[in-house]
Amino acid sequence: MPELIIEANRKERQYWRDLWTYRELFYFLAWRDLLVRYKQTVVGVAWSFIRPFLTMVVFTIVFGKLGKMPSAGVAYPLLVFTGMLPWQFFSTAISESGNSLINNSNLISKVYFPRLVVPASSVLTSLVDFLISAVFLAFLMIWYSAIPPAQIVFLPAFILFGLAISLGVGVWTAALMVRYRDFRFIVPFIVQFGLYISPVGFVSTVVPEGWRLVYFLNPIVGVIDGFRWCILGGMHELYLPGLALSLTTGTVITLGGIRYFRATESEFADII
Amino acid sequence: MSSPIISVENLSKRYLVGAGRDSRDGMRHALESVIRNPIKWLKQQAGRGAEKEFWALKDLSFEVHEGQVIGIIGRNGAGKSTLLKILSRITKPTSGRIHLRGRVASLLEVGTGFHPELTGRENIFLNGAILGMTRAEIVRKFDEIVAFSEVEEHLDMPVKRYSSGMYVRLAFAVAAHLEPEILVVDEVLAVGDSAFQKKCLGKMEDVSKRGRTVLFVSHNMGMVTRLCEQSILLERGRVVMMGSTETVVPHYLSNGASVETERIWTSEEDRPGNDKVRLRSVRATDSDGKTLGAVDIRKPVYIEIDYEVLRDVPRARIGFRLSTPDGTDVFTSADITNEEWRDRPRSVGRYVSRCEIPGNLLNQGAYSVTVGGDNPYVETFFLEHGVIRLEVEQTGGPGSHDRDKWQGVICPALNWNVQAYNAVSAPSR
Repeated sequence: MPELIIEANRKERQYWRDLWTYRELFYFLAWRDLLVRYKQTVVGVAWSFIRPFLTMVVFTIVFGKLGKMPSAGVAYPLLVFTGMLPWQFFSTAISESGNSLINNSNLISKVYFPRLVVPASSVLTSLVDFLISAVFLAFLMIWYSAIPPAQIVFLPAFILFGLAISLGVGVWTAALMVRYRDFRFIVPFIVQFGLYISPVGFVSTVVPEGWRLVYFLNPIVGVIDGFRWCILGGMHELYLPGLALSLTTGTVITLGGIRYFRATESEFADII
Repeated sequence: MSSPIISVENLSKRYLVGAGRDSRDGMRHALESVIRNPIKWLKQQAGRGAEKEFWALKDLSFEVHEGQVIGIIGRNGAGKSTLLKILSRITKPTSGRIHLRGRVASLLEVGTGFHPELTGRENIFLNGAILGMTRAEIVRKFDEIVAFSEVEEHLDMPVKRYSSGMYVRLAFAVAAHLEPEILVVDEVLAVGDSAFQKKCLGKMEDVSKRGRTVLFVSHNMGMVTRLCEQSILLERGRVVMMGSTETVVPHYLSNGASVETERIWTSEEDRPGNDKVRLRSVRATDSDGKTLGAVDIRKPVYIEIDYEVLRDVPRARIGFRLSTPDGTDVFTSADITNEEWRDRPRSVGRYVSRCEIPGNLLNQGAYSVTVGGDNPYVETFFLEHGVIRLEVEQTGGPGSHDRDKWQGVICPALNWNVQAYNAVSAPSR
């Protein structure tokens, strides 16, 4: 018979074991969000294509045609879309997981489960959207007859990196949102702002040499650059010091997020 | 007996209600206090004891053995819900510990996590997972759940199109098929129509017969008495009494020691009234004149208005009005109903006007009492809204056979006469 001790200071190991027992809930919540997401919409799942597609068109016109940004020898739409893909994943993941605890407040205050399940399942939902958009990228590449280079084998590593950052920022915002509803306004702002300071509509090489390393403090820069390097190859050299920096900040953010979440989690039910 | 399945040792839970901890204050407040005075802020963070604290539970200890069905009773704010929340790990204690020797499932609300857009079928899986069932378990019990809920035909319809009865039945059906060693139930049984309620109660009794341990929180003393052989009485976060339900429930009803059934104005200037008549106290008592805790639905309750006449008045009318918490007035009554006092002047002195509300009249639930005194059409002496509150408990009066309270602001015992015509044969009992 399972034994359980409830005390003011819960054991850490117990928590991670619980997280494992509740893995099914994690799938179920993601499954629910996917089922619900396109209910009562006309075009349904096509929204996963339409959103990045329209952004791609706009960015191609604004940055490529009007701004005449360098494209590093790749068709501009392709360049934009390879940046768009991880960015959109990151931005939906953080907005969804940021709101996830609040949206599930009835669960939080009525049932026990490791709270980490909630924002994590939102990230999983966004990953599904990401995969659907990736199919679109495949078509786009066929259209431009772009052949992926050998380094595409590293793509999963960068997806994982993007996933980790999204989870990290997601749990930060989710936990902060419970206490400070201000984040409801901050998150859309980050998402909007981040789109322009991250190299989505342009290549990261347009940033002046002296500032290049600093630019990589934003871990998303590392992810996007990695994506382009894996998918487009060619002129896209991987800027290793930058990547290392992105990895470091990314890791700090993610581990910090999980720590903060764990530290505040036990109060969620009381203050939500 | 073997070691207890639940042992609670010195459990306490503190809630902080201070400005700095109020989430609604938002971040501006937090940021502001850091920027304005970082040192003070740090000190505040270090010594949070300075904030106002509220102990929802204080040094609670008790043990529950396997197979026991325990009722947890107490007034609102006694800490029942907090205890359930800690037991089901929704919130953690401030100090103390609980040792649980088994899986706990808690039903603090039926239909937790139901999503309106999803179909009945989908919600069974979702809700099951939320309550801690595995997928395999849900699949195994799926047919049973559906049969219990009686919503077969609507299984593939979004639950937002369900009637509220169907919704609740489905929700309860899922919950009823949990198989934990320890089941924690908050008043969720009062759902659905009476036929379904009977089924739920039957299911609850089944659960306990199969050797599960059940903790059951309720305000319905009739149900507690029926379901639980043992009960725990909580008051202001402490265990006041634990023992057989038959002794705990009457104790609770008579000594609930609620301050709400008595209001005394000790100092002269606080007493409501004018230069002629002033109110001294209002109480709800039993037939012996003892201030009541809760009101036993079957017994009469006396409203006692104690006042002082400071200057002779030609006429006085002292009375009260009973209303439900939602503001519905139940009735008004005044001492001029007594012919003897109707037009009689009251000279200087102290008076007590007492009114008997018969037993088997009020319904279970809360009533608030407004008292007033005037010289009709001339002047008002005092009018005090909601001075005391009656908490009427179901103990076996009319309507006690149902789980839900009977509809209506009152629940009188009325005489019924049943005549049989052309009955085939009267079943003998």
